[in-house]
Amino acid sequence: MIRMNQVVKSYTTGKVDFTALKGIDLHIRKGELAAVIGPSGSGKSTLMNIVGCLDIPSSGEYMLEGSDVGQLSSNELAEIRNRKIGFVFQAFNLLPYATAYENVEVPLLFAGAKAKYRRERVIELLSRVGLANKVSNRPTEMSGGEMQRVAIARALANEPDVILADEPTGNLDSKSGGEIVKLFHELWESGKTIIMITHDNNIAATAERVIKLKDGMIDSNGLKARTSA
Amino acid sequence: MIPLMTIKQFFNDMRRQKLRSALTMFGIFWGTCSIVLLFAFGQGITESQIKAQRGLGDNIAIIWPGVTSKEFRGLPTGRRVRFTEEDARLIKSKAATLKGISPEYRGWNINLRYKKQTTLRSVSGVWPEFSDLRNVIPDIGSRFINKRDMDEKRRVIFLGDKLAEDLFEEAEPVGQSVLFNGTPFTVIGVMKEKKQNSSYNGRDNRNAFIPSTTFKAMFSRRFVNVMIVQAYPTASMEDTKSEVYKIMGERYKFDPSDKEALSIWDTTRGIAFLKTFFMAFQYFLFGIGVATLITGGIGVSNIMNVVLEERTKEIGIKMALGAKKQMIMLQFVLETLLITAIGGLLGFLFAYALIQVFPYLELDEFIGTPRVNMVGSLMVIGVLGLVGLASGYFPARRAANLQPVQALKLF
Repeated sequence: MIRMNQVVKSYTTGKVDFTALKGIDLHIRKGELAAVIGPSGSGKSTLMNIVGCLDIPSSGEYMLEGSDVGQLSSNELAEIRNRKIGFVFQAFNLLPYATAYENVEVPLLFAGAKAKYRRERVIELLSRVGLANKVSNRPTEMSGGEMQRVAIARALANEPDVILADEPTGNLDSKSGGEIVKLFHELWESGKTIIMITHDNNIAATAERVIKLKDGMIDSNGLKARTSA
Repeated sequence: MIPLMTIKQFFNDMRRQKLRSALTMFGIFWGTCSIVLLFAFGQGITESQIKAQRGLGDNIAIIWPGVTSKEFRGLPTGRRVRFTEEDARLIKSKAATLKGISPEYRGWNINLRYKKQTTLRSVSGVWPEFSDLRNVIPDIGSRFINKRDMDEKRRVIFLGDKLAEDLFEEAEPVGQSVLFNGTPFTVIGVMKEKKQNSSYNGRDNRNAFIPSTTFKAMFSRRFVNVMIVQAYPTASMEDTKSEVYKIMGERYKFDPSDKEALSIWDTTRGIAFLKTFFMAFQYFLFGIGVATLITGGIGVSNIMNVVLEERTKEIGIKMALGAKKQMIMLQFVLETLLITAIGGLLGFLFAYALIQVFPYLELDEFIGTPRVNMVGSLMVIGVLGLVGLASGYFPARRAANLQPVQALKLF
């Protein structure tokens, strides 16, 4: 599903060159639930950006379902983000002026879905995350947990294979956070591949596999841990 | 789908940022308003000037007697050249480009009297053609001098409208009798009101006209004061003038190239000049309007850049959700076009309202009646569209070229 060979990502900020990822080899199979942990600055977010096709590697190879992401045009990347990947962010990143319904509808609009299908799909998704009664609420009228659930519904809109979650519980209290984690587990059980960045060791412990980053390299990729267990 | 979202977001932003939206639109509003107004007033002034110029007559020239300035066939310079009605007939029969001609005798300080109203006026003795040449048009219920008046040397008089008002006040002049230096004349007509901004003998509306034959009999004049010639619309007045010089030169023995032997005022040159001048004037006004609009457009573009800064994160979100470059771009261009369209429409309506109200201010004598014309409106729409596109394009391109990661500020 996801395969990385010696992926390097470096940025130039002003005069300073900064290498966030220093040669990542990673293989994530379809249907895995992987947690990515590591201290700040270890390259977790950069790795997520590359996995999510928001950014491309400086060198190395990233194959997503057999296609080399580094070779794709910006429109092809947009297409992949739209259809194959669902993002859930720490800051929710909902469109502030739009209702829950409209936020969930956005990826469907970009995918060019028909109006009737969009309507049914949005209602179905919002029901699934337990927000059938908040369809026309705007983000300002919802709690953090609710906003994150809208974001998850949105991430699922085009039935992506991979859900990428960047500290999805970081802005939530422990109760809402727990509910969100539960939701991710349900999704995983339904067959989605889920990759989740987290600071929270308790949450990481619930994952099938824990990938630990340190200084832009993989410190442990969780496979050993599983074999030894 | 995307446009609908854009429009929704646009109105949302507008609600949130009332002042900013209003100021942005104001630039376009003002630009459109000034283009439409300047164009309309330009058109009004031009039409009124040309119409007023025509008050003297279409395609005519006025000929005065002169003095020769060139020796010709052994004859010296300084000979007076004057002409008679006979000369007018001669020119009429010989000049090919001539559409009409009328001599004009002129009498000054003629005492005109109706009941107790008396006035001293200048009176012209003319041919029936004079009416067409000089646009001295009879009003309803009136007629101008005709052939029978001429043949029978009738004592009939045609009055300028202001003169008729002075003499008759409220009374109906036609059919009444006025005393012309003590001799009774029958009023056959009153001139229809007209605009006239140039003359060689005062405005027609304060003059009176009688048949040339009657005039000649009363005043025993031999020479006419001026001749009015009109060229065919297709012919050039230059040709008519040279024909007149040639015919008169043969008769009075002067060099046809001697421009002082007859002095000719070619009014068509004035109209040609006016047309060119006002054409340039209109383009100038249009240019000012366009410049104003471009300034407005730059304002819009700046604001769109600010909007872009504000929405960077949102653009990032949309990109993460799969928006392609074109969609981001479309959103910005659409939004700019929407601002331009609304501002432009309001400006247009405001200008239109002003133009509708304007005639009630009764200033039309000086600057004419402003008019919104088709060409002007289409040009405004075109310019607006261009300004909108141009001011939207650059921010839009910037937005579309953002990298998703940068836009989301994730690193």
